[in-house]
Amino acid sequence: MNATPDIACGRLSALELSQNFADAHPALTAPQAALEADRCLYCFDAPCMEACPTSIDIPKFIKAIATGNLAGSARTILESNILGGSCARVCPTEILCEQACVHNSLEAGKPVRIGALQRFATDWQMDHGGQPFTRAPLTGRRVAVVGAGPAGLACAHRLAMHGHDVVLFDRHAQPGGLNSYGVAAYKLADDFAQREVAFLMEIGGIAFQGGVTVGRDVTVSALGAEYDAVFLATGLAGVRALGLAGETLDGVMDAVSFIETVRSNDKKDVPVGRRVVVIGGGNTAVDAAVQARRLGADEVTLVYRRGGEHMSATSVEREWAQTNGVTVRLWAAPQRLLAEDGALTGIAFARGRAGADGRVVYDPEDSFTLAADMVLKAIGQVFLPAHAEGEHIAVEGGRIVVDGQYRTSMPGVYAGGDCIVGEDLTVAAVRDGRDAAEAIDKALRAGDGPGRGVEQENG
Amino acid sequence: MADLRTVFAGISSPNPFWLASAPPTDKEYNVRRAFQAGWGGVVWKTLGEDPPVVNVSSRYGALAYEGRRMAGLNNIELISDRPLATNIAEIKSVKRDFPDRALVVSLMVPCREDSWKSILPIVEETGADGIELNFGCPHGMSERNMGAAVGQVPEYVEMVTRWCKQYTRMPVIVKLTPNITNILAPARAALAGGADAVSLINTIQSVIGVDLDAMAPMPVVGGQGTHGGYCGPAVKPIALRMIGDIARDPELSALPISGIGGISNWRDAAEFLAMGSTTLQVCTAAMHYGFRIVEDMIDGLSSWMDGKNYAGIGDVTGRAIPRYVHWNDLNLKFRTLARIDQDACIKCGLCHIACEDTSHQAIARLRDGEARRYEVIDEECVGCNLCAHVCPVDGCITMEPQPVDGVQTWRDHPNNPSRVTA
Repeated sequence: MNATPDIACGRLSALELSQNFADAHPALTAPQAALEADRCLYCFDAPCMEACPTSIDIPKFIKAIATGNLAGSARTILESNILGGSCARVCPTEILCEQACVHNSLEAGKPVRIGALQRFATDWQMDHGGQPFTRAPLTGRRVAVVGAGPAGLACAHRLAMHGHDVVLFDRHAQPGGLNSYGVAAYKLADDFAQREVAFLMEIGGIAFQGGVTVGRDVTVSALGAEYDAVFLATGLAGVRALGLAGETLDGVMDAVSFIETVRSNDKKDVPVGRRVVVIGGGNTAVDAAVQARRLGADEVTLVYRRGGEHMSATSVEREWAQTNGVTVRLWAAPQRLLAEDGALTGIAFARGRAGADGRVVYDPEDSFTLAADMVLKAIGQVFLPAHAEGEHIAVEGGRIVVDGQYRTSMPGVYAGGDCIVGEDLTVAAVRDGRDAAEAIDKALRAGDGPGRGVEQENG
Repeated sequence: MADLRTVFAGISSPNPFWLASAPPTDKEYNVRRAFQAGWGGVVWKTLGEDPPVVNVSSRYGALAYEGRRMAGLNNIELISDRPLATNIAEIKSVKRDFPDRALVVSLMVPCREDSWKSILPIVEETGADGIELNFGCPHGMSERNMGAAVGQVPEYVEMVTRWCKQYTRMPVIVKLTPNITNILAPARAALAGGADAVSLINTIQSVIGVDLDAMAPMPVVGGQGTHGGYCGPAVKPIALRMIGDIARDPELSALPISGIGGISNWRDAAEFLAMGSTTLQVCTAAMHYGFRIVEDMIDGLSSWMDGKNYAGIGDVTGRAIPRYVHWNDLNLKFRTLARIDQDACIKCGLCHIACEDTSHQAIARLRDGEARRYEVIDEECVGCNLCAHVCPVDGCITMEPQPVDGVQTWRDHPNNPSRVTA
């Protein structure tokens, strides 16, 4: 006989669900923004600016808010980071700009609320100003951008600005990448990811083709032949497995898929377990755990194999999970998935501690069991080499190798975002996309563009 | 405990804090609340002849600076717009109930002897302690040849003061306008006319700002604006200078001064006293926060005086005047250098960029690995203090006086073509 775990949709009322998935951090009002902007000291050589992967001129945009120049403020943000709106919402500012704010030296934990101010200015632009940039004279060049996440979008926008035409491919039906499918819904509420993409595309010259998986539907070589350059921003499309027996049981799924389901469906149609265990210590784990709670799971436990200080989720994220009723358990490694009559019932963990050499040591004899109807795996995402299979694209340590100009080993093919080495942050992906676009533009203008090339085109 | 009682031009008050002649002192209701809050005195809002003036709607404009409201305030209100008899009855009532407080009545009537002669007995009958002649209002009334129109002509100041001294036994305080080139001229005229004291400054002619949508100066009255009188914290430096100039003038040094101009707290008050004031008049700070501010003014001034062993207000009045000199008396050999407390520094870089762009390139911007560090280059530092002023952390940048080798002023400096040679 086959029992089934207690996984169900609609654990909460429609009203509760809409409240739970509304904006987690409401926007600043105009008076709040004015007060907060006035706190900024307008530092010279500002540490916050240096801490931002996209190097937004933060004092400048905040000063512009203070003076009421919201168009100028937004432009300052967006010329460095065209996804400034989503970065304002999803950036772990507590380890980036806001950690560097000099106000922390005056009073710990009281930086200027840079992220909230950035949201205020970019929201204003999207609500009032529309797309602030225009395209340079058209070059007639065409670039294929593979992956419509933050890196791909940033690259596409910058290329379009420089007068190139872009075709943006993605395996999903909608553009946006992780912003559309991979982060918690309450971080980008009110369909922000799609609204931002629409705003970005207003520049023109960017065509989106969804449902195309590179490596399966089209090869990089084929794109290279058709386009003047290719930018790969495929992200980390694979997920790590636990390597335990029973991973195919109903109720065991990867957190990335769970979040994608949450993001792609009406919340009342998303199934969630009564008791959920999330394994992992990153933002995906936190986003999955909190959303499981907010869908109505009774008990959600996030289990991480090492200490809190080792989690890649920031302390702010961890506290967010805890204030949302997620129990956080540290120093525990998954040992065994438990099932009765073919149905998931729980998961056993071995307790661990830091060994003398710093490596964590688990004691298989010292274990505990958590009852679970659903186990969500969030132990890391990996680059899917299938995207580059059969191509002359060097991959090392599971990431595409690029040089300082974001060039892969394959001529005319560039890469950026999570699929190359670096911090796996939205804002870092935006920087990659932007800077790769600059590199591509420079190369195309220098005439050493691959594919159809300058001579070929002129000839 | 310091004794804050003052006797000013023969008028006693339990503390030096008076409310200036202005909207807060326009009515019995307000003045009673002020006295209940602890104010030592009030100068009742200026009375004029009947029929009363008519005021406009929309009367104030304010200067906000980086989020702080009312750093400066301007007004286009005129004198009291209530019938004379109403004011007189209320003054009498308040004075009867608060005999220990100073109640001075501000007056402004046309520049004719009979106008002054007829209003003075009416005021005197209220039991008021004194009168203050409003020679300062710089808007509206001055277009009718009153207020600043009188204060700007020393001969008129002297003439009206003399009439008042002639027709009343009450002490006469002459309120001076700052809208002149040399404050000493009207002060001397007041003294010559027999004034018992002067009060200053009245408001400064100002356009506070322009409404960029209405394209009219603010405050906008039916689509138009006019200049007004400026006051509040922003005018304090102007007031201190004018008060100090009178206090150090040998001919005027005996003339009591009621200091006015942006006094917002006990520290401002102490500074006004040190520059020669005996009483202090406040308006904008009270209009911003209400009468309760006087509590900390009294308390703070008293504590500070205790700490300095000043027993009474008289020990503070004019205390800085011996050291208020002309530029030519300053020692050119004195040198002070900026010092940055590296532990207090929050690495904002403001000292560096201010010095680098606008001064003497005397603060180096260094990197110690990731860490920022700003250091004073002593050889380039002229001790201008700009860095200390822009630094957002109190006490982080201090100015360190260097050993001084003698005294050399411009008067005897070799570069001075008209130096005095022995």
